[in-house]
Amino acid sequence: MPAPALAETETPQAAAPAAIDLREEFETSGVKDVLAELDRDLIGLAPVKRRIRETAALLLVERARRRMGLAHETPTLHMSFTGNPGTGKTTVALRMADLLHRLGYIRKGHLVSVTRDDLVGQYIGHTAPKTKEILKKAMGGVLFIDEAYYLYRPENERDYGQEAIEILLQVMENQRDDLVVILAGYAQRMDRFFESNPGFRSRIAHHIDFPDYSDDELLRIAEQMLDQQNYLFDTKATPAMADYITRRRAQPHFANARSIRNALDRARLRQANRLFESAKGPLDAKALSTISAEDITASRVFALKPGKGASK
Amino acid sequence: MRITQGAFSFLPDLTDDQIRAQVQYCIDNKWAVSLEVTDDPHPRNTYWDMWGHPMFDNPDAAALMMELNACRKLYGDRYIRVVAFDASHGWESVKLSFIVNRPAEEPGYRLERQEAAGRMIRYTTRPYAADKPAGARYG
Ligand SMILES: Nc1ncnc2c1ncn2[C@@H]1O[C@H](COP(=O)(O)OP(=O)(O)OP(=O)(O)O)[C@@H](O)[C@H]1O
Ligand SMILES: [Mg+2]
Repeated sequence: MPAPALAETETPQAAAPAAIDLREEFETSGVKDVLAELDRDLIGLAPVKRRIRETAALLLVERARRRMGLAHETPTLHMSFTGNPGTGKTTVALRMADLLHRLGYIRKGHLVSVTRDDLVGQYIGHTAPKTKEILKKAMGGVLFIDEAYYLYRPENERDYGQEAIEILLQVMENQRDDLVVILAGYAQRMDRFFESNPGFRSRIAHHIDFPDYSDDELLRIAEQMLDQQNYLFDTKATPAMADYITRRRAQPHFANARSIRNALDRARLRQANRLFESAKGPLDAKALSTISAEDITASRVFALKPGKGASK
Repeated sequence: MRITQGAFSFLPDLTDDQIRAQVQYCIDNKWAVSLEVTDDPHPRNTYWDMWGHPMFDNPDAAALMMELNACRKLYGDRYIRVVAFDASHGWESVKLSFIVNRPAEEPGYRLERQEAAGRMIRYTTRPYAADKPAGARYG
């Protein structure tokens, strides 16, 4: 058995620095890199990016104050992300975990993403252990609860969701150093959820709203997604995609960037079939990676009148 | 009489911060940590009661500390130990084990000598605590 490293009781207290260069902190902590990546990888989302930059500045200053021995409190970091489907909430939560980790506010920086079913049990005595297992997994990182309002079902007074809520509230209050909770969901339902659960509202310091993407942003997202998969639009496919986006938005179940991802998956499927059926000889890399207009315009969205039926 | 078993038991009791650091060391080595409880600390009693399951997928020691606090609430008057298992050989083997809670009073052991044939002596150690039925031994 290897002798385990004996734990230091306390790290020796270094003398408080007389001055702290925030610029330098910004760069050496890696926060600069996270924010730059966020800017580069995520299209649009200007208000979200602004809020994250502000939060990062606050945390950087808090950290500097703590190092100088000034009065400070562990800031409340629990957040809520509201916005329509596919607006990037889960994606941003992952970046947020990374950011908090680099700033030293969470020890590990992983993200555990759950919904009601992961927290709430089926019978008496089932919920508390389930919720605790998830909390234990998330310790040191971020617990992301998608569609958090499903935890609360007022129509059923014996709903086990209430038990999960109570455990969550307790840990959010007493173990603020151990994990950060991010609640996510659609704006109106989240508002109603906070109204009926003031305990949550008072424990959440940062509310970030995710706007829908504009048509132009969705087109840029489409191009970026294709690029990441080593595909590209030919000259006629780009306007076809723009047309698709306008039409798709008017259809039910429109889910912003996720609808784009799904549309591209289907376009790749059609491209593959087209190549398979029409190719006479060997294909080069360019042919294998080009999406053309017909791969997009074959979508049912073009056959439908706006506002009717789902897309296929 | 202070029971000395497992690692660190000749040191003063570890503080919670020290326990946390040791547990994090185990987790970072990919060992599964778990808690066990007993009111019969005889050195040959290897079968302590498990407190919950071994924790295989909790990257941070705060998870074990949460369980330890819950365990102390119920069994604060018993011995509690942390056990870390290493499965890298293909089976679970104990890598590290140390006591993280002990009763306020530790009455210790009585040494019994049995005089057998030919002046032979057999020794038995018997915890005073085990004179009482299980569950009523401390506190
Ligand atoms: N700004 C963006 N730039 C590039 N890709 C994006 C952007 N926003 C979202 N995406 C992509 O869109 C998809 C959906 O995003 P995400 O899962 O984060 O949305 P969500 O808001 O969590 O949706 P839901 O509410 O339905 O869970 C992901 O594949 C993500 O990579
Ligand atoms: Mg999501």
